[in-house]
Parts: sequence; C-alpha cells; structure tokens
Amino acid sequence: MSELNNGQKSPQNEALWADDILLSVRNLSVRFKTSYGVVSAVRGVDFDLKKGKTLAIVGESGSGKSVTVKALAGLLGENASIESGSAVLSGPGGKKTELFGLKRREMRREINGKRIAMVFQDPMTSLDPTMPIGKQLMEGLRDHLGMGSAQARAEAVRLLSLVEIPEAESRMKSYPHQLSGGMRQRVVIAMALSCNPEILICDEPTTALDVTIQSRILELIQELQRKLGLSVIYITHDLGVVAKVADEIAVMYAGRVVERGLSDEIFYDPRHPYTWGLLLAMPDVEMDSGELYTIPGNPPNMVGETVGEPFAPRNEYALNIDFRREAPMFKVSETHFAATWLLHEKAPKVERPPRFAKP
Amino acid sequence: MRAYILKRAAIAVLTLLLIVLILFVLMTFLPGSPFNDERLSPEQIATLRARYGLDQPILVQFWNFMKNTFSGDFGVSYAIQKNVPISSFLSSRLPVSMRIGGQAILLGTFLGLILGIVAALKHNTIWDTLCTVLSVVGVSIPSYVFALGLSYLFGFKLKWFPILYQDALPFQSSVLATVALSLFTMASIARFTRTELLEVLSSDYILFAQSRGIDGFRLIARHALRNALIPVVTVLAPLVVGLMTGSLVVERIFSVPGVGQLLVEGIQANDYSVVTALSFVYSLLYIAIMLVVDILYGVIDPRIRLAKGASQS
Repeated sequence: MSELNNGQKSPQNEALWADDILLSVRNLSVRFKTSYGVVSAVRGVDFDLKKGKTLAIVGESGSGKSVTVKALAGLLGENASIESGSAVLSGPGGKKTELFGLKRREMRREINGKRIAMVFQDPMTSLDPTMPIGKQLMEGLRDHLGMGSAQARAEAVRLLSLVEIPEAESRMKSYPHQLSGGMRQRVVIAMALSCNPEILICDEPTTALDVTIQSRILELIQELQRKLGLSVIYITHDLGVVAKVADEIAVMYAGRVVERGLSDEIFYDPRHPYTWGLLLAMPDVEMDSGELYTIPGNPPNMVGETVGEPFAPRNEYALNIDFRREAPMFKVSETHFAATWLLHEKAPKVERPPRFAKP
Repeated sequence: MRAYILKRAAIAVLTLLLIVLILFVLMTFLPGSPFNDERLSPEQIATLRARYGLDQPILVQFWNFMKNTFSGDFGVSYAIQKNVPISSFLSSRLPVSMRIGGQAILLGTFLGLILGIVAALKHNTIWDTLCTVLSVVGVSIPSYVFALGLSYLFGFKLKWFPILYQDALPFQSSVLATVALSLFTMASIARFTRTELLEVLSSDYILFAQSRGIDGFRLIARHALRNALIPVVTVLAPLVVGLMTGSLVVERIFSVPGVGQLLVEGIQANDYSVVTALSFVYSLLYIAIMLVVDILYGVIDPRIRLAKGASQS
C-alpha cells in the first residue's frame, strides 16, 4: 500500500489523467462564512469522471456532496468561496477548461446547460410556477443554441417525447402545477438536457418522489445516458440508487472523500469503517434480524479547524492516531482508494464486519 | 381566465349591493325625521312625506334609493350648500381627487419597485441599507407631516410649486400633494418587493435556471420579478385605501378641492346625504380597485387563473 499525496500531481495521480477522463477534480476546498464562523464544507476533494460513465457521490447530509457539485457548476452562494483546487473539463480535440478559472458570466454562457447540466432534488420547486413548461424548455434552446421560435418549439416537443411525456405537443402549454411530481421531474430532465450537455449532475434526483416513480426516473436517466452518451454524477444518500446506477463511487464524510473505487470494490470490498457503517445501515432482503444497524452519533460540525479524523468519535475501529492526524489516501488497487489509518502498514489487524470478511 | 373574471365581478357587484343596503338601513334608523317641526301641521307633514316618497312601503323606498344611487342621483345637500345636487359636487371634485390619487399610486409603485429591486439585487451592500432606511422612514412618517414639510420647503421657501391648490395650474399645484401621498405607497412597495425578490432569488427554480445558463437581466425579468410581484400586487389594495384616508388630511393641507375635503365638511356640518353619497363613492372605488387587483393577480399567477375562479383573494 502506498501513500498518495492529496491533490499533488504525483506520478500515480498523473496516470489517472487518461484520455477517457472528462472531468478531473483535484484538491477542491470550499468554505462558507456563516454567523457561527467559517465552515469548511469541502476539504480537498479528488475524483474523476470518465466519459459515458456514472459516478455516485455518497454521504450523509452535510457531508459536502452538494456543495462539491455546486462549486463545479458555479452555483455557490455569495457566502461561499473556493479556497483551493482545480476542476479540469476536457473538451473535443484535447482542449481543457479550468472551471474554477472562469468568470461567472463565462460559466453561464459556456458551461451551464451546454456542457454541465443539473437536475435538482425537488421537481415541485425546480420549475418556475408562472411559466408554461414549453416556454421554459424553449428558453435555453433560443438563448444558448440560437434557435428560432418555430425550431425551438419543435425541439422542445421532441425533448418532451424523449423523456416519455405523453401527448408532448399538448403538454407544452401546461404549467408546472398541472403536472404530477414524476412528470415534473421528467420535464426538469428534458430542460437539463436541452442544450446537449456532456455531464449531467443529478442532486438527489429521486428523493422527493414517490417510491413507485423513483425507479422509473432512474431508468429514464440510464436510458438517456446510453442514448446520448452522457456522463452522470449522482449525489445521493440512497445506497439502493447507487447500487443500481453507479460505475464508480466516492464516499464523502465531513467534506472529504474517504473512500472511492469501482462500484463492486465499494460494495464487496469496502475498506473505510465509515463505508462499512453506511453499507450495514442499508436494509437487505436477506437480512434475518429485524434490527437495522445505525452509525452511532451525528456528523460533526465543521465550524473552524478540526484535529484528527472527523469520523473518529463515531468510529468503533478508531486507532489512537485517528484522534491526532487525518489519514491520507491509501491505495488499495489501481482504482480503489481509502483514507483510513487501518490501511497503514503498521496498523494493527482488525476484524472487519463479517459481511465484508475476505472469503 | 374568463370564468375567473366573471366570478370576481359578480362578487364585486354583490358587495356593492350589500353596501347600499347597509347605507339605507343606517339612514332609516337615524333618529328623528327632517320634518320634526312644531310649526308644521299634520297635513303639511303628510304632504311633505308624500313628496319625498316617505309614505311608501319600506321596500319601495329601498328600491327608489337603490335606483337613484346607481343612476348617480344622491339627492341634494341641505347644510353645505342648500339644495345643490350632490352629484354636481362630485362631478367637480371627484376628478381632482382621482387624478391626484392615481398620480400618487403610479409614482409610489414605480419608485417603490425600483427601490425594492435595487435593494434585493444589491443585497447586503450600502444600496440595500439606503433603500431599507428610506422605506422605513417612508412607512413611519405620517403623510400629513411629510405634506407639511413639502409645503414649507418647496412651496414657501423655494417657491417651486404653489402652496395652495390653484384651478388654473392643475398639474403644478397637484405635485406636492401627489408626492406626499405617494410616500407611504412607495415605502411599503419597496419593502415588500425587496423581501419577496430576495426569497424568490434563493428559490430552487432560480438555481435551476442558473444551472441552465440563464443569468443577469433575463433571469430577473423572466423568472424572478414575476414571481416576486404576486404577493406585492396583493398589498396594493390596502395601500390604495390608505391613500384614500391619507388624502383627507393632505387635501386639507394643500386646499385641494377634492372629495376628501367635501367629506370633512359634510361630517362637520352633519350633512347626512353628502356623507352617505361619499360613503357610497368610496366603497365603489374600493371595490373597483379590489376587482382590478384580483384580475391582475390572476394575470400574473397561472395557479390562480387556472383554478377556475378559486376563492382565493
């Protein structure tokens, strides 16, 4: 196991900058100024998004997952600032764009909607209640793609059919409040995809929906991903969603990625005690006892500086060093990394929870 | 939309009828009679009662009262200027009051919206503070204090505008009264616009619009303002009422020959038919404004319009 320097372009890291990487985020840190003090919401996040693949960012509320993607889309509030880091978006012909170097105006004109689009959690509030959905859809087409009115209209109808809205033509005049939650989320997806983005960020896209609708929306996003060759980032705390859609997973805790790897690696060979806790807390059909595991305690308050591992107080596997120093990323395989001292060569051997014990 | 407007209009007409009924009942229950005079013989009283229709059954009297009221015949004044038809007072005074009130509403709404929008867009800057201070001052100062100040500064000291209303200079002499009346409207609208716009700007659909690359003027004009204005429109109606009552005092300060003055005179002289007529006119104006606001509300907010005349106001 080798130790990686966070955010430094070490040779190992450089190897990951392969051609198929569409978006590469390194050492991203975001701070908020609040009345309680400065909150370090995101602290040195690294991840890569590969072309046509799906990355799931998993974590509890307040783990910094939403802030991370909002930073990428230039949607942070006035009280937030990007302290450090880079996010490189690869374009056609090897052209690379540093997202954090863009002015807000450039971000809106060149990136938002055209290259990176977002779908938000609550379709009830994502749409402007005073504008027909057709008009909202055509807005991006006319502003960004410079379509004329008739052309934009036809394209809007096509987009509505693409997200499987029945009688798309007659739905153009509907206002958001006349549609069901599932329908609205389809409209939101159609709007997000209207300017042919390469990356679709889905921030808890199914949390606010009826359980029966959830899987249909997920299937729709997967189907669109295949059809349009999209790369998708899911932000979620629902491991059920993750299991269904993700190629790669990044687990976040207290503003840091604590473990990342291929979906199979995270589900079947997790290394970080926090990931163990998350997976054990997920209900399982084959579970025999009725009691669900819960990680003890609450996520930490990230006001001011912290010493040691933020997860240590809740971690039954915590070592002494966890309370003094944060663990660096340890490499488990070419694709699998985890930030826990348990992976250090001098760490004592601990019994993993039986479910993850190596065969 | 049509059903919505029809329903609102029907409610307005019903309200007006109810008001006429209340006015009639109040008049009927007033103690005494105009012919309480010992010098009049019973025959003379009977003749007078017959002449004024007071011998008719009460329902017929009500019918006549309603018919006359709605055709603009409010009877004659018997204290301010004996036997002059009240409708002739109104036809000379109402236009002046309406003009000044209308100017005040337009000016107040316009300035209020600008102040509110600037404050919200420049949130937490010196501009925001300035706008907030202005609107707090505007709400706190009664319009007559402001009117006196204006009259002293621009009328007496600088002599830019006439101190008292002159029929020969209808616009110049209405400026100070308009400004004095518009202050409260401006301040309230500014405050509401700022609050609502700030709330809308932090809403999900604004974030979603930004995530699709919509920014700047387009974002404000298309998505933010319209949504922010829905609640602002609802406060317009009470503001107009405030303007009416404010006008009583302001008209007196600037000697504006308007209905406000007439009402004050009528009350002071116990001229019941003048007061009744003006109560009717004020009610009519108020109901008309409520109707306009309701329709505006429907125009701006499709959720109201498409609910097929839902009873939301």
